[in-house]
Amino acid sequence: MNLKELVTGVNGDKHFLLGNEAAVRGVIEAGVSIAATYPGTPSSEIGNVLSVLAKDANIYFEFSTNEKVAMEVAATAAASGLRSFTFMKHVGMNVAADSFMTTAYSGVRGGMVILSADDPSLFSSQNEQDTRNYARLANVPILEPSNCQEVKDMVKYAFDLSEQFQIPVIVRTTTRVSHMRGVVEFGDVGDNSTNNENHWKRGHFKKDPSQFVPVPAFAGEMHVKLWDKIHEIEKITNKSDLNAEIDFASDKKYGVISSSSAYNYAHDVVKFNNLDIDILKLGFSYPFPQEKVAEFLKEIDEVFIVEEVDPIIEKETLATIGVKKMDVTVHGKLDGTFPLYHEFNSDVVLDGFNKILNFKKENDIKYSSSLEKLQDDIPSRAPVLCAGCPHRAMYYGINKAIEELGLKTDDVVFASDIGCYTLGINPPYNAADYLLSMGSSVGDGCGFSVSTDQKVASFIGDSTFFHSGISPLINAVHNKHNFVLTVLDNRITAMTGGQPNPGIPIDGMGDEAPEVSIRKLALACGCDYVRVINPFNLEQVVKTYKEAFERNDTAVIVSKAPCTLIKGLTKKPPVNLIESNCNNCDKCVSELACPAISKINGKIVIDKSQCDGCNVCIQVCKYGALEAGR
Amino acid sequence: MDNHYSIYICGVGGQGIIKTSTIIGEAAMNQGLDVVMSEIHGMSQRGGSVSTELKIGGYNSSIIPSQGADMLLSFEPIETIRGLDKVNSETKIVYNTHPIIPSSSDKAYPSVDSITKTLNENFKHVLPIDGTKLAIDAGSVLALNMVLLGAVTADDNFPLSKDSVIDAMKNNLKPKFHDMNLKAIESGYKSIKG
Repeated sequence: MNLKELVTGVNGDKHFLLGNEAAVRGVIEAGVSIAATYPGTPSSEIGNVLSVLAKDANIYFEFSTNEKVAMEVAATAAASGLRSFTFMKHVGMNVAADSFMTTAYSGVRGGMVILSADDPSLFSSQNEQDTRNYARLANVPILEPSNCQEVKDMVKYAFDLSEQFQIPVIVRTTTRVSHMRGVVEFGDVGDNSTNNENHWKRGHFKKDPSQFVPVPAFAGEMHVKLWDKIHEIEKITNKSDLNAEIDFASDKKYGVISSSSAYNYAHDVVKFNNLDIDILKLGFSYPFPQEKVAEFLKEIDEVFIVEEVDPIIEKETLATIGVKKMDVTVHGKLDGTFPLYHEFNSDVVLDGFNKILNFKKENDIKYSSSLEKLQDDIPSRAPVLCAGCPHRAMYYGINKAIEELGLKTDDVVFASDIGCYTLGINPPYNAADYLLSMGSSVGDGCGFSVSTDQKVASFIGDSTFFHSGISPLINAVHNKHNFVLTVLDNRITAMTGGQPNPGIPIDGMGDEAPEVSIRKLALACGCDYVRVINPFNLEQVVKTYKEAFERNDTAVIVSKAPCTLIKGLTKKPPVNLIESNCNNCDKCVSELACPAISKINGKIVIDKSQCDGCNVCIQVCKYGALEAGR
Repeated sequence: MDNHYSIYICGVGGQGIIKTSTIIGEAAMNQGLDVVMSEIHGMSQRGGSVSTELKIGGYNSSIIPSQGADMLLSFEPIETIRGLDKVNSETKIVYNTHPIIPSSSDKAYPSVDSITKTLNENFKHVLPIDGTKLAIDAGSVLALNMVLLGAVTADDNFPLSKDSVIDAMKNNLKPKFHDMNLKAIESGYKSIKG
């Protein structure tokens, strides 16, 4: 389909959409005016699509420098009476949390919705935290769609709810919902027509410090009001159609309570195994619909709680049973029926049911021993830095410099950060020893430099530096920390699919924008040693790192070259192999590990379809066996 | 259980796996069937293994249970082996015989003949095709996904018509490639149907 149809599509149209595309349609049907994000998988495609459609949809959209800023942009828009949307991956909520918590207190005027995408099984994340805890921490409502149609419908409904109760609302997806594709039937497009010369509508901020300035005297009152809202909303969750019973049972002994992607597995296992079990699906799960759950439990003796990540519904159900003095056995994560971590699937849910119900037919296929051996012996295919990636050249160069300084691997601690360059963890680079979160490499550099006598090298990407690398750099300078910070400036936010960042002269809507200089920022933070290097020039890389490691302050090296995946770059011709010069030293294969170079049947082979012509391998080869393509 | 059909599609990042799956899904929607699909984005795309799962007919979950696939469609020989958890004794195993050798791997790449031989020892419907060659013959190595799309439509149990898959292809890919893609789909279809 053409993405424009997300704007032009009319009521009744059906499209096969990604969950994240369905979220965009929900935003358009809700008549949103302001949207902001920092890209993070599994939510990234929402921003990619919005950045293309924003102008057609009368939406102001920005890639903010981080999730906290995005939260603040959305909060102030909603305070000004506009509908606003912010979205992020689950760990982005941690960054945004400070302002998010207060937004719950002050509330909103226009509808404000926060979509947070959880990542059970950590497909592209550093943890499995559960956004449903944030709904409870801040005391705001949360909706949990299970499929693409529900993503669209619940995003739209969340705005109505938010406006009705003047409270921000969370929509929680998981990777399997955000990256599910399914049939979505469109509703009507909401009116957000512009009232000025811009392409988006302007609101007006009516001052009321007692609502929007949480000094202690006002904030205490805000907390009381927040609870009043939540008690009112609880009446709705107890009646809502989003919390619905799906009937399969004639004999009401067992039941299931479930939500989100986990519900899909519970549904299919019950349906396709003809199990005599009803399911209560919670789409609107906080404030917890205790009356509705009690009603469901009244009919049954034992209940399965099928939910991904934390045992939240399970604990709420146990509390309900306690409050209502019921006699129902709960099977969930806490009693070991289901795993406490990682995503579920139909097999996991079936195994859990089977522990109690014993219905599973054993059907193990026996394979030949040759197949079992083949399964054990196939080579792994982990993600790698692309051919022509500037990060590879930099990692090769820094390791070379360390070697030439006579240092051993253990003499240097590598503090890494969040981005493609985290792949530096792999051999032969082995350049990631410690990692916490976005921007942590700089603070970690500070800590290691006072805690050990080891050298410290921190790596951070351009976008991550803007996200949260600057204030720890000021900390490093002011507190006289001694480490080498490399900003891997590849002119894009690469890992999440190529979004712009403040270092390049384009904004989230494709318009021209001021380019913020990383070099000048580092100088302004007070760094005395700031060097911009071309990572593809190995001699310069090695020389600069040797210089930087011998200093006793915070040295900054900006390793600047564009990501090879950026569209429209002029490509150089692939490298040629001069076979007669090859000494079979394998340096190009074993020390560079470029996917375009492999050794097949004892011979070096250049895959010309992959080679990007970065020519780093030519500088690595001592025997002149590689030459620049012409 | 008419019209229930699950396809596990696997290969290497950059081979057009998501696009192929989306085309099948859209064709199913256009034929009025329920369809859900799961795809992997993000870190897995940097030359790593990639898979999608496509389920037609009344499913809520987009993840195929173990041994639950009607077809395993693999773009690369060893990725076929990695996908075998989804396979049962009736599953059609269609795979491209052209290997993509991982650049830095601990283990040697097995011979494709030994893969085919071992699969034949264990499964009834093993259907290797030289998809890369057929794609090049059709006009470009990039048409590999269309060759394999054609191969899917050749399975007698596949609930969608070849024409509706072709319509969905035209709706998703640039007109200037339609002729080449049609040729590729046709050659993939014939390589299975004979």
